[in-house]
Amino acid sequence: MTSSEHNNQPQRLPTQPNEVIDRSKRVTFTWNGKSYTGYEGDSVVSALAAAGERVFSRSMKLHSPRGVLTGSLHDPGTIMQIDDEPNVRGAHRRIENGMNAGSQNTWPSLKYDIRSINQLGSRFLGPGFYYKTFMKPDFLRPLYQKVLRGFVHGGVVADERPAETYEKRYAHTDVLVAGGGPAGMSAALAAAETGASVMLVEEDHELGGHLRWADGDLARQLRSQVESTTNIRVLTNSTVAARYDDNWMAVVQRSPKPGMHERIIKTRARSLVVAAGLIERPYVFEGNDLPGVMLSTAVRRLINLHSVRPGQRAVVLTANPEGDAVVADLRAAGVDVAAVVDARAGETVVKARGRGQLQSVQLSTGQRVDADLLVTAVGWTAPTSLLNMSGDKPYYEPRSARFLPGGTEEGVYAAGGIAGDGTAQELIDHAASVGARAAAHALTERGQKIASAPTVAGDQDGLAQAQLPDITPLHLPEHPEVYRSSTHGYVDFSEDITSADLVSAVEEGYDSAELVKRFTTVTMGPLQGKIELMNFIAIIAEATGKTIAETGTTTWRPMYAPVTLGALAGRNYDPVRYSSIQPWHDAHGATPMVAGAWIRPEHYGDPEAEVRRVREQVGIIDVSPLGKIDLRGPDVPKLLNLLYTNKWSKLDIGKVRYGAMMSEDGVVMDDGVTAHLGEDHYLLTTTSGGAGRVWDWIEEWLQAYRPEWQVHATPVTTAYTSINIAGPHSRTLLSRLTDVDLSADAFKFMQVRTGTVAGVADSILWRIGFTGELSYEIHVPAAYGLHVWEALLEAGKDLGVGPFGIEAQRVLRLESGHLIVGQDTDGLTQAYSAGLDWAIKLDKDDFVGKPELLWQQQKQAGARLVPLQPLDPTVVPTEASQIIRDNGKIAGRITSSRHSPTLNRSICLAQVDISLSEPGTIVNVRLPDGSTIQAKVTSQMSAVDAEGTRLDNDTVPQPMGRFAEPVARGPVALGAATTRIGDWEVSAQPSTAALTLEDQSALAKIEVRSQANGAVAQKLQTHFGRTYQAEGGTLVIGSGPGQWHVISEVDSQASALADLQQLGDDSDELTTAVDLTHGRAMFRLTGDESAEVLNKLCSLEFADDMVPNGAALRSSVAGVVTDIARNDLSGQRSYVLHCERSSGQYLWNTLLDAGNEYRIEPVGFSAG
Amino acid sequence: MMQINCPWCGLRNATEFKQHGEKPPRPDVATTTMEQWHDYLYFRSNHWGVVKEMWFHSAGCRQFFTLHRDTFANKAIRSEGDPR
Repeated sequence: MTSSEHNNQPQRLPTQPNEVIDRSKRVTFTWNGKSYTGYEGDSVVSALAAAGERVFSRSMKLHSPRGVLTGSLHDPGTIMQIDDEPNVRGAHRRIENGMNAGSQNTWPSLKYDIRSINQLGSRFLGPGFYYKTFMKPDFLRPLYQKVLRGFVHGGVVADERPAETYEKRYAHTDVLVAGGGPAGMSAALAAAETGASVMLVEEDHELGGHLRWADGDLARQLRSQVESTTNIRVLTNSTVAARYDDNWMAVVQRSPKPGMHERIIKTRARSLVVAAGLIERPYVFEGNDLPGVMLSTAVRRLINLHSVRPGQRAVVLTANPEGDAVVADLRAAGVDVAAVVDARAGETVVKARGRGQLQSVQLSTGQRVDADLLVTAVGWTAPTSLLNMSGDKPYYEPRSARFLPGGTEEGVYAAGGIAGDGTAQELIDHAASVGARAAAHALTERGQKIASAPTVAGDQDGLAQAQLPDITPLHLPEHPEVYRSSTHGYVDFSEDITSADLVSAVEEGYDSAELVKRFTTVTMGPLQGKIELMNFIAIIAEATGKTIAETGTTTWRPMYAPVTLGALAGRNYDPVRYSSIQPWHDAHGATPMVAGAWIRPEHYGDPEAEVRRVREQVGIIDVSPLGKIDLRGPDVPKLLNLLYTNKWSKLDIGKVRYGAMMSEDGVVMDDGVTAHLGEDHYLLTTTSGGAGRVWDWIEEWLQAYRPEWQVHATPVTTAYTSINIAGPHSRTLLSRLTDVDLSADAFKFMQVRTGTVAGVADSILWRIGFTGELSYEIHVPAAYGLHVWEALLEAGKDLGVGPFGIEAQRVLRLESGHLIVGQDTDGLTQAYSAGLDWAIKLDKDDFVGKPELLWQQQKQAGARLVPLQPLDPTVVPTEASQIIRDNGKIAGRITSSRHSPTLNRSICLAQVDISLSEPGTIVNVRLPDGSTIQAKVTSQMSAVDAEGTRLDNDTVPQPMGRFAEPVARGPVALGAATTRIGDWEVSAQPSTAALTLEDQSALAKIEVRSQANGAVAQKLQTHFGRTYQAEGGTLVIGSGPGQWHVISEVDSQASALADLQQLGDDSDELTTAVDLTHGRAMFRLTGDESAEVLNKLCSLEFADDMVPNGAALRSSVAGVVTDIARNDLSGQRSYVLHCERSSGQYLWNTLLDAGNEYRIEPVGFSAG
Repeated sequence: MMQINCPWCGLRNATEFKQHGEKPPRPDVATTTMEQWHDYLYFRSNHWGVVKEMWFHSAGCRQFFTLHRDTFANKAIRSEGDPR
């Protein structure tokens, strides 16, 4: 040590055998603006203590000075601001070069804090002071709030936070060990020895626990054993912050890598070993918060780990061997031990005195000893938090002066000091037996999980029910109950609560621990009871005359240690869905709106002009989110008859019918049109955003209540891009692009045809009208959506064609009197209230919700949906404005309202009570500003065209014209390097990265449905959970029970479909094949670290014995239901992922974001 | 988070599933009284202990199945049917 260093760090000791600092690496930082130097491995506090600093913060309420108490993560007096980050645990955070540390909420300085004047009035700042004092008068409360906030002990959050990342990910382990002390390491080693995977989580920066200062050699020996064991994954500076059902743990990893602040690892463990050690508790006496009063563990950390002399002249209060050991440590560090007070002999400390820091200690003998250091070692708190969260009910043992575990179910275990007492060797041996048992249990569970998974080929070897090794219990710890001296002192150092405050709370009538906690806020500060709980309970017990066991503890809840909001939020993975036309919308000034998960164009600048275009010329709108479900099988009419209120048995092929769907309570659930496309083949449409719900509903009825019906339902919403062409010129426009005869006689209203549009085969054309105009809705295979959209705009230039958005569509449908489920109905609107009388056929034997509708019709009660015309036609009443009766009661509301550009007046739909629903009734409408207007109920839902004359006109089809060559595009935006494979434009991006993501959406994808174990299943050569790699590159994925995806080369879907349909025709089982080439985005993720990437987004366990090559499964990936098939490429780990096409761009972006830390690169399409 | 043993997929997180609760039998539509129908719609035993519920593996195999769940311990006890 050079003399200048000696001057800078006067309290630094010579090299200690177990020190964690690296004296060869000097680190310079500032504290409250002044420069300091420490060594790598120093905490902020140890470096400052080496420099002689003793005060690190001011207390919350009284602003009294505070120094080191525990010297650990849980030190109340060392919470500070570091750069832009508030509330940093200064005794835990390591120093870095250039770091700016500072005390929080001290003004004008830490040394002279003006608010310490609160100390003079401390007798008036008793428990509940804030509640009692700052309540009345009410008008002053905002002022109170403002003033009091200035006194709060928080740091400062900068308005502009620098970019920093937070993350969440999933992990699985056989055994999770919480705590990396001797017991935790021993349990981990024993578990790992049996072959179990182990995660060992340690709060501190290195493994070792108390051995680091008690027995450095043993600590190093165990640590090196752990580090050389490959199936132990060690996480230091991390905390198991919570345990939830079935060993689902929140592991918080602090500073996991440069630039990343914090990460939550959602960990599923088959066994949990809680080896959290013991937390030393403070002693309650007058002056126990003076800087210089420290716990024995804090002193031993400072001396042994950081080589810092904690004081010059010490008094030691000891009640245990650890307290005795500190005396030796102090002497070795050159500290003058002025007195050793042995609590076991009935001696104690009564009072600590000093101004700003400790100066003298008064003993129970009456002796007064001058000292600048008082070390207390009066006992331990067992941090049983994780055990409590696991259902354990620890009990208080007076002989041990602490809580001991009461026991949990198999799968959760306690080891180390938390479980009992013993020599170091006894604790290590016990922990080893705990680790072995935990591993045996975990491996049994693992075997059961593998046996239950359909992803593993072949038979599983019998489930060896492992013998669970016994655990010999540790013996009961013996420790005197030493909680409080004859004086009062601090119990909660974070919240400035003294034992006197607690006693006074009890005197005020708060006589249980839970009540006192809420009244005084004791244990509610940053430490959440970790060091203060036992003293709190002991004081309450004393004040109420109960025992500690009778008093009981308050509840330990997650989180055990603080977690940043950033880590809880993680990366922002919020699924969004896009139509294949979205790139055009973006490029043409569309104002985006969020509709469910979809991003849709609200308008392109002038919605009223868009409305006029549709009424006068022709407009096109992207309606791709419209739900579409392909229904096949002989019993589809039965299904439709059951789910819809009207009749479906006699719908001819080529025809379309509207249906409204109810829940069993008669409430409108969804509506839409359904087309009869071919024999046993229907296409059902739902509201936008209703597709998922309706699909679930269909499956529920088919699987749970009508399993004998032969129907296969396949969602094809994003297999097609849907475009509505509306307006007087729509027939002219569409006829120029299609081979379908559009003449009025050949293709009537409410009919459907299939054919080509702009050269795209397999398109579906509907003649339906939501806008009230002559209109056609076309569904084209989604990869061609943008091509067809552009062809329509090109072909209709002379007709004045242009796009219209959701807003124009809403006006058009309102002008035509069409309701929107969810807008004009709500969760209580039964069918008659929605004006659907005409679609309800009560003479059917049964349909969902029929009894309710029968009763509603009989009662003639409830609301009715009516058109409403404000008497002043210039007023557009805000949607949700109330309809008010003369007596002030609410009798309904406006459900939709707009200004109609066609009629140049306002138009509305309203739900009104049936008594007000007669046409001609005048009602009062209360607007949000409180004013009331009058409106008249009118008779025609359609305001623009009551007779429906606009649904056809005398235009005749024109011959098909010229249009651009069709181009098929995948769901992912392409970069600069592209190439063509058949119709497909695909990426040609080169990459040599070890981890790549490839868009393979162009591959042909056929979904086959049949019996899970029938003849077709045999021919497909694989079953649910597995894949079959056929010759010629075809991949058959067993995606679901009785469901397969057959993947083959680009543009092979027609032949593949024909082959697979033949398979169905040859079998007795209902077998259907649906082309989903355009409906699925398909990616290939390849590289050794691909499972790591997936585990950032997906909770599945991808271990090789659970998801080996050839496995197929489905789960949620970043919130999107995704099929995953493991399909290794010449020995390299590779996964094929596919999801709904509309989610493709989102999933692509998310995978690249998640793979960023592994240097993932997109790579061009290789399968051509 | 609770794990559920899907009879098809094996152990999965509960968030992959949708709970449909207890499913009383549907009364005959032709003869049902309003009271019977409302019992069917709205009344559940809400038993404190093991209940028999219908669950839907919506983010997995998309199969409906019966699950016996302990409402006290919030633990999936067993699911019905082994399809393989």
